[in-house]
Amino acid sequence: MTAEPTTVAPAQAPAPGSPPPAERERVSAFASLSRVMIVAFVRDRSALFFVLLFPLMFLMLFGTLLKGASSPHAKVEQVGAVRVLDSVQGEARAGLEQVLTITKGDDEAAALEKVRKGDLDAMIKEGPDGKVVVRYSAADQVRSGSVQGIVNSVVQQANQAATGKPPAFVMESSQVEDGSLKPIQFLTPGLLGWAVATGAVFGAALTLVGWRQKKVLRRLRLAPVSAGSVIASRVAVSVLTALVQTAVFLVVATTPFFGLKLTGDWWLIVPLVVCATVAFMSIGLLAGSIAKTEEAANGISQIIVLPMSFLSGSFFPTDGMPGWLEAISQALPLRHLVTASQSVLSRGGGVMDALPTMGGLLLFAAVMTGISWKLFRWED
Amino acid sequence: MTAAISADGIRQRYGDVQAVDGVSLTVEAGEFYGILGPNGAGKTTTLEILEGIRKPDEGRIELLGLAPWPRNPKLLRRIGVQFQASAFFNRLTARETIRTFGSFYGVGPKAADAMLERVGLTESAGVMTDKMSGGQAQRLSIACALVHGPELVFLDEPTTGLDPQARRNLWDLLRDINAEGRTVVLTTHYLDEAEVLCDRVSVMDRGRILRTGAPAALIREIDDTVRISVESGQLPIDTARELLTAAGAETTSLEDDGVSLSLSTRLPAPVLSVLADRGALRGLEVRGATLEDVFLQLTGREYRA
Repeated sequence: MTAEPTTVAPAQAPAPGSPPPAERERVSAFASLSRVMIVAFVRDRSALFFVLLFPLMFLMLFGTLLKGASSPHAKVEQVGAVRVLDSVQGEARAGLEQVLTITKGDDEAAALEKVRKGDLDAMIKEGPDGKVVVRYSAADQVRSGSVQGIVNSVVQQANQAATGKPPAFVMESSQVEDGSLKPIQFLTPGLLGWAVATGAVFGAALTLVGWRQKKVLRRLRLAPVSAGSVIASRVAVSVLTALVQTAVFLVVATTPFFGLKLTGDWWLIVPLVVCATVAFMSIGLLAGSIAKTEEAANGISQIIVLPMSFLSGSFFPTDGMPGWLEAISQALPLRHLVTASQSVLSRGGGVMDALPTMGGLLLFAAVMTGISWKLFRWED
Repeated sequence: MTAAISADGIRQRYGDVQAVDGVSLTVEAGEFYGILGPNGAGKTTTLEILEGIRKPDEGRIELLGLAPWPRNPKLLRRIGVQFQASAFFNRLTARETIRTFGSFYGVGPKAADAMLERVGLTESAGVMTDKMSGGQAQRLSIACALVHGPELVFLDEPTTGLDPQARRNLWDLLRDINAEGRTVVLTTHYLDEAEVLCDRVSVMDRGRILRTGAPAALIREIDDTVRISVESGQLPIDTARELLTAAGAETTSLEDDGVSLSLSTRLPAPVLSVLADRGALRGLEVRGATLEDVFLQLTGREYRA
C-alpha cells in the first residue's frame, strides 16, 4: 500500500469565521456529553422515579398525613339545647367553630358511644340545674384538654357577661414565628434535601462506575475531549436535575392544599441547592471511585444517603438527638443544607444565613474530591 | 516519509507477568498490519501501549512522528481506536452514539450519519446499542473509530464472535478503509483473517514478537512442508511408517486419530506413490503450509482459534 495518508480528508472542515477548533470542540463536547447524560437519565424510568417522583410522593404523603396532626381542632356533639353555647353568635360563633366542630344530636347514649370509640372528642349537654356537662375521652389528651379549656372559657365569658361589668383582666396572645408548627414548613426543606442528595450522589457514582465498566472512560481518553468538559457536563446535568427537583417541590408545597408560605429571601434556595449538589456529587465521586460494579456503587451510595438523611433531619426534626449523634450530624452536608433551606424558605432567613453554609458545602466538596482524586481509576 | 508507528524496546510488567517483553516494530504509512498470537500473548497490551492508553515501563513510541505520552489531543484526532468490547454510552441509539462520538472531533451529524450508512447500519440507526447483535455492535464500534477520518486506525480483534457472513462483510469494510490510504493495525487470533487482510504480520507469543513479514513470505520461510491425509483404516500406522522409511519419504509427523491418517512431509511424491501402491488413497487431502503452520512452528503451541 503506497497511498498518501494526507489524502484522507477530515470529515468536516471548520467553517470560516468559527472559533479556533479547540475552543469550538470543547463547547461541543460539553454540550454533547450533557445531552447524552440527560437522554440516558430521561430514558431510565427507575432513575426518574427515584430521583423525582419518589421524594415527591413522600412530600405529598407526609404533607397530607401530618396536615391536621398539630391542630387542636376537636369534634364535639351537643346533645339537646345548651344555652351557653347556643348564645354564642355572630363573629364569636365563627371563632368558636375554628377550634371546635359542633354537631347537634338528641341521643345521649349514642353520642357517648361515639366518644368511646374515638369518633368524637367530647359530648356536651346541659344538665338539669343549668350545669354544662362535658364527657370526654382521655385517649387524646391534647384534644380533650383543649375541648375542656374552650368550653370553660365560653362558660366564664358568659358568667362575666352576666355580671354586666367589663372584665378586670384580659389576656391577649399572638403567635411568634409564622406557622413554625406547620409540618410542611420543615417537611419541604428536609425532603427536598434528601431528594437532591439522592439525585446527586447516585448520578455521580453510577455515571463514573458505568462509564468505567463499559470502557467509555477509556474511549473518552482516546478522544480529544478534556477531563474538564467531562466533569463540567456531569456537574451541569446534576445541578439541572437538582433545580428541577427544587422547582417541583416548591410548586407542590406552596399549593393551598399543603400551604407552604415562602418567606423573604426564599430564592437563596437556588444557590444553596447548587452548592449542596456539588458537595453531594463529591460523595458520589468517592463512592464511584471505590466501587467496581454498578451494584456496589448503588449499595455504597444508599448506605451513605439514607443514614445521612435521617441524621440531617430530612424526615423528622433532630432536636432530641444525643450530643454525640448531634456531632456526627454537624459533619454532614445535608444537615447544613436542610437547616439553611429551612431558614431561607420559611423562617425569613437572609443572605447571611445562607452564605456560610454555601462556603462550608463547597469546602466539603473540595476535600472529598481531593480524596477521590487519590482513589480514582480510569479502568478496572 | 514518517512511519505510522515506530516502537522500540517496549516492556510492560503486571506483577510477576512480563506481558510485553521487548517489542519493537515499525508500521509504514498506508500499511495493513496484523499482530497475531494466541490468547494471552500480549497482543492487547501491546496495542494499548501503541494507542497511548498505557504507559509502558520501558520503551519509546512514536505515532505519526508524535509521542503518544503525555496525552496529546492533536495526535488523538488523527487516530481511531476500536476496543475488544464495544464502548457505548448507556441508553442511546446507534445514530445518537455515532453523532456523540462525532461531536468529540467536531464532526457534524450529517457526516456521522454517512459513516453509519457506510457500515450498513442506516436501517438500525434507531436501535438501542444494547439491543444490537454482535455484528451490528462491532460495525458501530468501528464506525465510531472512523467517524473523524483518522489516518491511523487500531482494531482489537474486530471479528471475534461474528458469524462467517458478518466476518466477510467486515473484511470488505476493512479493506476499503485501508484502500483509502489509512494505516490499519489489527490484532487477531484468526490466522485466515491475517492471511487475507494483512500486508505484514507479526507473530507474537509470551510478550515477544517471534517473526514479522508478509504472510506469504512467512509461509515460504518455513520448510515447504505438505500435509497429506487419507481416511483411517486403509493402512496400519506401523506399516505406513516402515513403507515410507523404505521409500525414503521422510516425515516430520505421522499420526492416526481414528478418522484420518495424516502426515507432514517435505517430499510428497514418494509418499503419494506409497499410498497409491497400497490403494490407500480414499479421502486423500493434500495441502501446503498455511499461516497456521508458521504459527505452530514459531510458538510450539496448540493453535486455539
